[in-house]
Amino acid sequence: MSKEYDTGDGVIRALDGVSLDLDDGEFLSIVGPSGCGKSTLMLIAAGLVPATSGTVTIGVTPVSRPVTNAGIAFQDATLYEWRRVLENVLLPVEIQRRDLKPFRRRARELLAMVGMADFERKYPFQLSGGMRQRVALCRALIHDPPLLLMDEPFGALDALSREQLNLELQDLWQQNRKTVLLITHSIQEAVFLSDRVAVMSPRPGRIAEIVAIDLPRPRTFDLIEAPEFGRYSRRIREVFASWGVFARGPERQAPARAR
Amino acid sequence: MMAPAAPSVRRRRRPNFAVYVYPVVTVAVLFVVWELLARAGYFPRYILPAPTGIAARFVQFKGLIARELLVTMEETLVGFALSVVFGIPLAMALCASRTFNCAVYPLLIGSQVVPKVALAPLFLLWFGFGLTSKALIVFLVAFFPIVVDTIVGLSSTEPGKLYVARAAGATPLQLFWRVRLPNALPAIFGGMKVAITLAVVGAIVGDFIAAENGIGRLLLSANGNMDTELLFAAILALIAAGIVLFLLMEAVEKLALPWHISQRRDGSGAAP
Ligand SMILES: Nc1ncnc2c1ncn2[C@@H]1O[C@H](COP(=O)(O)OP(=O)(O)OP(=O)(O)O)[C@@H](O)[C@H]1O
Ligand SMILES: [Mg+2]
Repeated sequence: MSKEYDTGDGVIRALDGVSLDLDDGEFLSIVGPSGCGKSTLMLIAAGLVPATSGTVTIGVTPVSRPVTNAGIAFQDATLYEWRRVLENVLLPVEIQRRDLKPFRRRARELLAMVGMADFERKYPFQLSGGMRQRVALCRALIHDPPLLLMDEPFGALDALSREQLNLELQDLWQQNRKTVLLITHSIQEAVFLSDRVAVMSPRPGRIAEIVAIDLPRPRTFDLIEAPEFGRYSRRIREVFASWGVFARGPERQAPARAR
Repeated sequence: MMAPAAPSVRRRRRPNFAVYVYPVVTVAVLFVVWELLARAGYFPRYILPAPTGIAARFVQFKGLIARELLVTMEETLVGFALSVVFGIPLAMALCASRTFNCAVYPLLIGSQVVPKVALAPLFLLWFGFGLTSKALIVFLVAFFPIVVDTIVGLSSTEPGKLYVARAAGATPLQLFWRVRLPNALPAIFGGMKVAITLAVVGAIVGDFIAAENGIGRLLLSANGNMDTELLFAAILALIAAGIVLFLLMEAVEKLALPWHISQRRDGSGAAP
């Protein structure tokens, strides 16, 4: 599958021949350098943006319009400023014209889970960036979707809350066996949570390598010290290094251009 | 507005105090200087009357001024209401349909580049000297900023906000009512605030040209009689009425958009 953006002053090739399978109940992470097309890939997978070539299928049916049984957390929180926190979380349910009552309770539980219980009546402008992201996460989970698409959902959080939410996410996934696609900049987060980590090359993005993470669950943060954990992280770094991601100055451009 | 947190409640007092005191002081100083200047004897009374003389004339003619002002305000409000009722849907239609946009846009621009004063006599010819033609003149002046700002608001919805709703399966109608329109409200109110001040101008133009009634006609006749004190009294009454209209508009905006940045109390927004 490929994607080109026509920007008016030239075509940007964001994705180039990406092919990715997500198994039922699998936790798959995507890591890749900034601008390599991760967000684009997620938007295409969600049926929100058309691919230039190639197809996305869920089961056997090709995706031709927005996937409504997925919970999506976008990179920027995209809360509606005119709605209070609770109303933002309930938005998907409201649009699907379902009975709000049971979901109101669920929304409060989710907000409590991410430590936002006291903020349900605030407007987004009264929240910090990390708080907004947590609300957006609740909104993605509100209708208990079997598929979760998350783009840097913890990007604006401090390291501690991030680890705490990593654990929550692992629990959530283990309890209901959701299928998860997580985009992250953090190699550690990817290794910690995933069954498999897809490593993307710089733009135009392709899947450079898929690393299967064979670590026992439930995982705890003690695991990060373990040698196996380090081996997986190093493997991912090596892939990046081979694409010149860590190179500096003029070297940085050279390998990318050679391709 | 909901109270954000305890500390900011305390802080709220000082800026509010300043909001009332500063303008009052400025206006008072202005009047005192004016009074002194007028009494110094450099200018004849029909060029620069003293504020005290203006006040006396105002009290003398307050019935007349109030009556004419009421006429002008009625024209203003009817015309403004027409601008909102037609302007906002017009903007929605312009955004919704490319064909409609192409067909109507030149007409819209044309209606604005022609000086409204030039069209006013035509309106009087068609609709007579009453409220109808003057409200139409007001409409012609006031609807344009509403249309332009509504279009800006409707077409500046972040794609991300639309993705959220579309991912939940929103219909085009839901996208409009739940995302685009609320997102456009701050811009729409911005347009309405410009429009309400322009509406007053439009009403005075109507009064001038129809020369039947309204504060505009009073201005003309006071000017004709060289009664500059009455002229000033009428102008000041008009200014006061204009300010009241604007403040009312702002109050409505505050009630309608408690979530908007301009309502923040911490000084990061535009509101005082
Ligand atoms: N709407 C758009 N129009 C034009 N170009 C776009 C658009 N969205 C993304 N791009 C381009 O596509 C490329 C990939 O963007 P994308 O947002 O998918 O990157 P990303 O991998 O998510 O980056 P990051 O990690 O910084 O979020 C970028 O080079 C960007 O300039
Ligand atoms: Mg991104």
